[in-house]
Amino acid sequence: MRFKTLAMASALAATLFTPAFAQTEIQWWHSMTAVNNEWVNDLARQFNESQTKYKIIPTYKGQYDESMTAAVAAFRAGNAPHVLQVFEVGTATMMASKNAIVPVAKVMQDAGQKFDPSVYIPAVAAYYTAPNGQMLSFPFNSSTTVFYYNKDAFKAAGLDPNKAPSTWPEVVAAAAKLKASGHKCPFTTAWQNWTQVESFSAWHNVEFATKNNGLSGTDARLKVNSPLHVRHIENLANMAKQGLFVYKGRSAIPQASFTSGECAMIQTSSGFYGDVAKNAKFAYAVAPLPYYPDVAGAPQNTVIGGASLWVMAGKKPEEYKGVAEFFKFISTPEVQSASHKRTGYLPITTAAYELTDKSGFYKQNPGTDVAVTQMVRKVTDKSRGIRLGNYVQIRAIEDEELEQVWNGKKTAKEALDAIVTRGNEQLERFQKANKS
Amino acid sequence: MEKRVAFRSGWLPWALLAPQLIVIGVFFFWPAGQALVQSMQMQDAFGTSTEWVGLENFRELFGNPAYLESFETTALFSILVAGIGISLSLLLAVFVDRIVRGAMIYKTLLILPYAVAPAVAAVLWVFMFSPSLGVISYALGKIGIDWNHLLSGPQAMALIVMAAVWKQISYNFLFFLAGLQSIPKSLIEAAAIDGARPWRRFWTVQFPLLSPTTFFLLVMNVIYAFFDTFAIVDAATQGGPGTATSILVFKAYHDGFRAMDLGGSAAQSVVLMAIVVVLTVVQFRYVEKKVNY
Repeated sequence: MRFKTLAMASALAATLFTPAFAQTEIQWWHSMTAVNNEWVNDLARQFNESQTKYKIIPTYKGQYDESMTAAVAAFRAGNAPHVLQVFEVGTATMMASKNAIVPVAKVMQDAGQKFDPSVYIPAVAAYYTAPNGQMLSFPFNSSTTVFYYNKDAFKAAGLDPNKAPSTWPEVVAAAAKLKASGHKCPFTTAWQNWTQVESFSAWHNVEFATKNNGLSGTDARLKVNSPLHVRHIENLANMAKQGLFVYKGRSAIPQASFTSGECAMIQTSSGFYGDVAKNAKFAYAVAPLPYYPDVAGAPQNTVIGGASLWVMAGKKPEEYKGVAEFFKFISTPEVQSASHKRTGYLPITTAAYELTDKSGFYKQNPGTDVAVTQMVRKVTDKSRGIRLGNYVQIRAIEDEELEQVWNGKKTAKEALDAIVTRGNEQLERFQKANKS
Repeated sequence: MEKRVAFRSGWLPWALLAPQLIVIGVFFFWPAGQALVQSMQMQDAFGTSTEWVGLENFRELFGNPAYLESFETTALFSILVAGIGISLSLLLAVFVDRIVRGAMIYKTLLILPYAVAPAVAAVLWVFMFSPSLGVISYALGKIGIDWNHLLSGPQAMALIVMAAVWKQISYNFLFFLAGLQSIPKSLIEAAAIDGARPWRRFWTVQFPLLSPTTFFLLVMNVIYAFFDTFAIVDAATQGGPGTATSILVFKAYHDGFRAMDLGGSAAQSVVLMAIVVVLTVVQFRYVEKKVNY
């Protein structure tokens, strides 16, 4: 009996010691794993510790497509998070769902924050901006395509390990030498649709789709069966036939074959750097993408990958103020620069890039600035980025058709024509479903 | 005289059935109804703008050659899975039936795969057959077969068939074993006395008496191949290479949850439901006539 009263008394006393005000909680759903997950949690912790009014709570909700599905379901149930990390492929879908999101520019404005889009790296900001100039989502973890190669394998094949192949003819020659020296997999690529078709288009300043690659409207249509695209895919198909290019699967799956030393050259995301630095047991280097030297305008710039943060509609104004505070926090050059150094993702603002440069980081870690220099260039209409509806399906179609080229069932031209036909059907559907 | 249970009260039967009816209503009729409704709409991902388009989604589906190809792939897949699954497990059940010593061990080992989750089973098989690291693909390379299911459609199909059949063997095996053991030994002995050899005995005595079990398993295996193999395809080949392993249920998932095209995906689900209903009706009306109980 005495214990019971004592317990009840202490419980009552405990409630008297809780803070009198409640912190505004902000829910943040993301898809970052491993090293990047720690980074997200650290960012949230730093923000929460820097002030007491708002508390941001990051939750891992699965891979990009899974978390987007979860958010769609939650939104329909009236339970959406405040901030959602959406991959670049889902941008058009988010943009078209006008009633489900609040543009970032509006969130910042309503909260009275100064928001100047010009401090962001052009290739990054333009992608997440509406045709009318309003920035819709907040660039968070942007990556781009780069070229990694195994320096030890190069040395063993008699190639200069400090000279990266900078043109496609050089890549073919290097691959031939690697194969002659017994290497089983001279060249492979991850995210073949992103690296070999999308980034390839921007890097050579050719159109991927009409309407500025979809940035100007939903009536864009694909243009990937141009002579240059056909030439490149034919080139890769020939390499595949000779065993110089070995296809290792879709999306990020082939990356493991580089870190294991099986494949000597790979084209993939700059975000892979952290993984390589941790797991590769050989000397490696990062280089810009190879290009065709006879194409005018190449190399131009590469397109953005990764994800951005979208703000969901239907929340209270006080909560939006908290979101604006958080965005302001993660835009400061110091936080940006630290994030960039830690993860390999691009610094979002020019100020952050300069700060990182001044700190000597790029000199101490050669290759980490490749991603940035490929993006920090004056963009053209054809290289600003690609933003198309039903993009997940189009990427799957690209995967399917390219696989038929690698296994010899279709020629490059047939596959690219099929991508255009099937992809345009998807674009028409999207246009119809999002008529407003 | 037949003993029949008579319910004298008017509400008790309903009350007793209610839990089951509620479960069926909530978990089957409600989602199915919603799928039917959604299949006739075109929505953006978040459902903030919905448009009634009637049968437009269905028209687009059937006009899409990739979808029609998916029918063929699924048909091939389910014939292979059902055929191989039933034959193999029947063979194993017949063998285990004749064993006297150590039957328990064989039964346990054969039932184990059922406890493995489909996704795990798929990953196991992908590892064994991995073109770069797999033990089996290495062995196949030694005897001259170049295994690369990332590029070869037929090989990818073979891989998912193997994974699907391996999972289902336990289920089929259990039913066949029970069926075999319920056949009166006197019948088999009589056949043996008349001079029938084991092979003959099997086809003329045991197999016909197993027909209810075989029929039941045929229905269950087809449903399994249509629906429960999604995890296997997703974990092993993701529908590739090309569209070689893109079965109907995988396509429905991909379009709905990855690509956010809920109207199209709902239309595909409705088509799938219709197919399985028709198949089951056909099987019950025609095949069951051949089954002797």
